Amino acid sequence: MSKQLHRRRLHEQIQRNLLHLLTALVLLVAPGAFADSAERITIGYLDLAEDPRYAERSAYARIQLRSQSRPLPGAKVAVDEANQVGQFLGLSFELEHFRGRDLDDVLAKLSSWADDGEVRFVLLDLPAELTAELAAKSRNKESLLFNISAPQNSLRGSDCQPQLMHTHPSYAMLTDALVQYLVSRNWRELYALQGELAADAEWTSALRHSAKRFGAELVAVRPFRLGNDPRQRERNNIALLTAGESYDVVIVADTEGEFGRYVPYQTKAPRPVAGTTGLVPQAWSWVWERHGAPQLNERFFALAKREMHSADWAAWVAVKAIAQAAVRTRSTEFAKLAAFLHSEELNLDGGKGPALSFRAWDNQLRQPILLATHDAVIARAPVDGFLHPRNTLDSLGADAGESDCDMKR
Amino acid sequence: MLILLMLGAAFTTSVAHARDTGLIFVSNEKSHDISVLDPDSLEVIKTIPTSRRPRDMNFNRERNKIYVACGDDDVIDVIDIATLRVEKHIATGPSPEAFELGPDGKQLWVSNESNATVGFIDLATGEMAYELATGPEPEGVTLSPDGKTLYVTSEIADMVHVVDVASRTIIANVLIGTRPRRTVVSPDGSELWATAELSGEVYIIRREDNQIDEAISFLPPGMRIADVTPVGIATSPDGRTMAVTLGNANHVAMVDIASRKIEDYILVGSRPWEAAYSRDGKRLFVANGMSDDLTVIDAQSGRVIRSVAVGQIPYGILIDD
Repeated sequence: MSKQLHRRRLHEQIQRNLLHLLTALVLLVAPGAFADSAERITIGYLDLAEDPRYAERSAYARIQLRSQSRPLPGAKVAVDEANQVGQFLGLSFELEHFRGRDLDDVLAKLSSWADDGEVRFVLLDLPAELTAELAAKSRNKESLLFNISAPQNSLRGSDCQPQLMHTHPSYAMLTDALVQYLVSRNWRELYALQGELAADAEWTSALRHSAKRFGAELVAVRPFRLGNDPRQRERNNIALLTAGESYDVVIVADTEGEFGRYVPYQTKAPRPVAGTTGLVPQAWSWVWERHGAPQLNERFFALAKREMHSADWAAWVAVKAIAQAAVRTRSTEFAKLAAFLHSEELNLDGGKGPALSFRAWDNQLRQPILLATHDAVIARAPVDGFLHPRNTLDSLGADAGESDCDMKR
Repeated sequence: MLILLMLGAAFTTSVAHARDTGLIFVSNEKSHDISVLDPDSLEVIKTIPTSRRPRDMNFNRERNKIYVACGDDDVIDVIDIATLRVEKHIATGPSPEAFELGPDGKQLWVSNESNATVGFIDLATGEMAYELATGPEPEGVTLSPDGKTLYVTSEIADMVHVVDVASRTIIANVLIGTRPRRTVVSPDGSELWATAELSGEVYIIRREDNQIDEAISFLPPGMRIADVTPVGIATSPDGRTMAVTLGNANHVAMVDIASRKIEDYILVGSRPWEAAYSRDGKRLFVANGMSDDLTVIDAQSGRVIRSVAVGQIPYGILIDD
């Protein structure tokens, strides 16, 4: 209110006296919310104009199959929150969004941000290959990157980088969470249907690893193909695809979703469906109702005019981590903040229960995973009974001894 | 009509003296009601439907009404203890969570979770007289015994805001552990004790200079630090003990106030939230949010007397004794 009043007065002043114009303009562009704030942190955000993950799918009848919304509002909600905290400490936060055409474009932006020293904390909403290349090529820059949307295990493994953090869970964490739950129900015989995409194959491979890890059995993996061709019926007919074996659960690995949505209720045997459809492991759900989640979901909806999904949460929590580093170290110095973010001192409230921090061995944010249907969270992993010698959250995804990540290479 | 008369008669006899009925009130945030328990039989004798998501409760000064903040309807319901019915609603800001009545009972301070403010409501007019911006998701509200200082926690900012009531300004922001929840002024008035849910601690803040004196960490046997999520805090009537609920650790910690030593851990139901002592100090009641029940503890021996089923997601406890 006082801000608006302030601006209105300034506006009148401009009209009255041209001599004051220059002063007035300087005041107008000064940081609006916290006129007396001494310190400011600008957080960068990079994405692609034509990211295939957000391309409108050619689904029949233009039915949208999954969230094709970019997670930018998640970062905005967190910046608003951070500023509400910062107002009491003389700290302010700002988001600078750059949408590039290609790798060179976003790399150039990242380099100029780092070289100017203006923007050192940067959120990346990029496909996995680009994330890997960008991180490799900017390894010598003094910046800290946050992968908010690519779940590929390789980014945390062979392609890991010391300055690349991951707030989005990996495929391994997602499938570990799902298998923990299925095993806790004693539904141990899994039957997988796998799509044709590389991501589908990676999903299945993560599932195979999780099954082995937690004592489930992957009875069979059947490739599926969309279509009605009777000559291909062994691959496109769900009843035929799910016949001939005994199993407890059908697991669908269809990251695109066009096939998967028809699997429930069409299986040969009456079995539950999980994976990328049915019961889905995810970082966030709009119906999660504990640990302050309703408040966050409300704030997100008010800003984005849509429900909050996993990548939105990953963007939100990345900004929140940066803000906590600044508040707790009482500093805006890059080295201090980065050291704090890498340390176990980070004690992040992610709205999912336990406090969160980054794993030292692969820079992945340890976090609970929600197992949700389209309208309910059925369980939260780690599921009760699955233990770990140090932190139960590390029962999800690559543990210290298992990681392929070599930061020093 | 006859039935109504009979009901009326029944109530007038049972509430001939509305104060000190001994009744135990438990707000249930998911079933939108308040369970009323008889202090002798420890049975639920009535369930009062309220506005949606009832949470924090307080008595008025005369102790013949209960005020309960109902977060999903943006009101504080006023319940008449004589009739055990909601008699009116006071409009608050969006999503009221916790509140405190002024010493003269004519005003109240309420934390509005959704728009990050603490508001001051004049009860004579029912109008919001002023609001102060807090950190996001303000939660616990505590007025000092002299009515001069108000303490408001912000869950997201990890802070306790210290408000000077007379000048209506925030005079200090004390950064404590992660996700601060409730505060209580120590019996001698010199300290503010504050729970920090996600860092598993209770902070002791000196009221004279608003500095942190000490942080107490909890770890019941066989538990992990990540499971320890303190929320509720209650002072025993003799001023010796602070009972702290430990959330996911399913225990209540008993802390000796003078030595600040943890004397006992008592196993209760699932995710204990708020706790309250009976006025004689003999019993401690704990609301267990995830097992929909109330644990009744013999405060002297630390033994659990009984668990009583209440509504869904019990939150707060108020005892009319």
